[in-house]
Amino acid sequence: MADQLINQVLWPLIYILCIVLPLVIAVAMFVYWERKVIGWMHVRLGPNKIGPFGVLQAFADVVKLLIKEVILPTKANRFLYFMAPLLALIPALAAWAVIPFSSKMVLSNANAGILYLLAMTSLGVYGIIIAGWASNSRYALLGAMRSAAQVISYELAMGLCLVCVLVLAGSLNLTDIVNAQAGGKGLFDWFWLPLLPVFVIYFISGVAETNRAPFDMAEGESEIVAGFHVEYSGSAFAIFFLAEYANMILISFLASILFLGGWLSPLQGWIHADAPDWINWIWTGGFIWLFIKAFVMSFLFLWFRATFPRYRYDQIMRLGWKVLIPIAIVWVMVAGCMKFFGWVSIGAGA
Amino acid sequence: MNPQTLQLICFYAFAFVTVIAALSVITLKNTVHAVLALVLTFFSSACLWMLLEAEFLALALIVVYVGAVMVLFLFVVMMLDIDQEKMREGFVKFLPVGLIVAVVMLVEMLGLIGVRAMHAQVMGANPAVAAGMSNTAWLGQALYTKFLLPFEIAALILTVGVVAAVALTLRERRDARYESPSQQVKVDPRDRVRIVKMAAVRPPAAPVDDNTPQESRP
Repeated sequence: MADQLINQVLWPLIYILCIVLPLVIAVAMFVYWERKVIGWMHVRLGPNKIGPFGVLQAFADVVKLLIKEVILPTKANRFLYFMAPLLALIPALAAWAVIPFSSKMVLSNANAGILYLLAMTSLGVYGIIIAGWASNSRYALLGAMRSAAQVISYELAMGLCLVCVLVLAGSLNLTDIVNAQAGGKGLFDWFWLPLLPVFVIYFISGVAETNRAPFDMAEGESEIVAGFHVEYSGSAFAIFFLAEYANMILISFLASILFLGGWLSPLQGWIHADAPDWINWIWTGGFIWLFIKAFVMSFLFLWFRATFPRYRYDQIMRLGWKVLIPIAIVWVMVAGCMKFFGWVSIGAGA
Repeated sequence: MNPQTLQLICFYAFAFVTVIAALSVITLKNTVHAVLALVLTFFSSACLWMLLEAEFLALALIVVYVGAVMVLFLFVVMMLDIDQEKMREGFVKFLPVGLIVAVVMLVEMLGLIGVRAMHAQVMGANPAVAAGMSNTAWLGQALYTKFLLPFEIAALILTVGVVAAVALTLRERRDARYESPSQQVKVDPRDRVRIVKMAAVRPPAAPVDDNTPQESRP
């Protein structure tokens, strides 16, 4: 009994903490990195006062948010008002359960991993909608409505992109999808090449799903102040913030896993040297490659934010429904043909 | 504790939540709360299906119903401004009718369960496990080989439904202004703006009048 308890409960709990705690710290550092990068892009310094190069700025912000007062607006729905941040955060963290960090490092090697991810990311919108409604504020409700329409539209495009990947990989399991991209042609064995339009669509939809600039009209501060979280302050706001950034990092990891070969090395099959383990990963692959890829992808989020002006509501809808979804549908058929007629050798490895 | 007992406990826990949530859908006064209770019902049903090892159906239920349909539902319900008192006015009047319908439905359901119980057939082993495939893979195999025609017909009916819904609700408004992005990108700036080169000129010195307000300078 005690044995079972340790094996079935305690160890998974420790593994979960091993993912969640670094994730929370990564979010804090990512916020710092975002402010720094956007500062450089605006030709200013960014945070530079707290700690060396301002590294501790993020932690100072966290402390500031946690000791601020949480204000409940008049006539707000108390239960749902405090429930909403949790509903945003829980799916954002739960989705990490199926992410494979390397061929052995995965919390749950679920068979239907992609479906699970799709289910979890689609749940996140409830936090936003309920926050908008429970705040009893016009601006918050408008933000929530915009967000609901946007997330549903882009989920379709995202789902179709995932279908292309599954067709080529022949599996819903994320570890199998990465293994299907292994081969002797280095980075040309990954899915980004045969699925290039889909890769682009996936990332655009990912940016839209996480309500980031240029698709951040759910918070559009120039029109509706801060959108769905306008009434939130202190720790409740911090949780929304955490959920949004955890989702961004998740999308970056997913894009790396689905299209950029996950933990596989871009030099796979080109170098066959025998070296100690701490050098070996450069060509045999390891979790460091996944982190490098995810870092580059998450940098794109920041680059977009500093570069593009915000889309208007009708422009977002048009882009989602009339541009991205048709291209994705066509590419599902192209991917089917690739698999059926054997136009590409990728995916045969699975 | 053996796995069967744990599974049974999980089943009763999920079933309890499902039933309570389903009851709150029809008893809660606030419509938004009722919709959220419906979301919980769907979610815990998905958990039940997961217990039955129907992982594809469970996740599809969450993706389709919880993630998309109920969001739109919530979207609509939040926009409604319902007068609760007015809605309750006819409650006593319609109660007998409602009760009769409920009782008939209950009797029918019990009858169905009774008839099925008489022809009780032992369920075979889980076909996915028997075929040595994951549930999703087995479902895909079955749908695209054995049940291809019904599957395609269902897809066709759904497509017809989508087209019909769009055709019924699409109204071209004559008074609204639309913009076409394809025309917008075709615009040549030279058609819109004429740049005129002119030499700088000094404005004539205006007489200073204290009554006119000073123009604010940027």
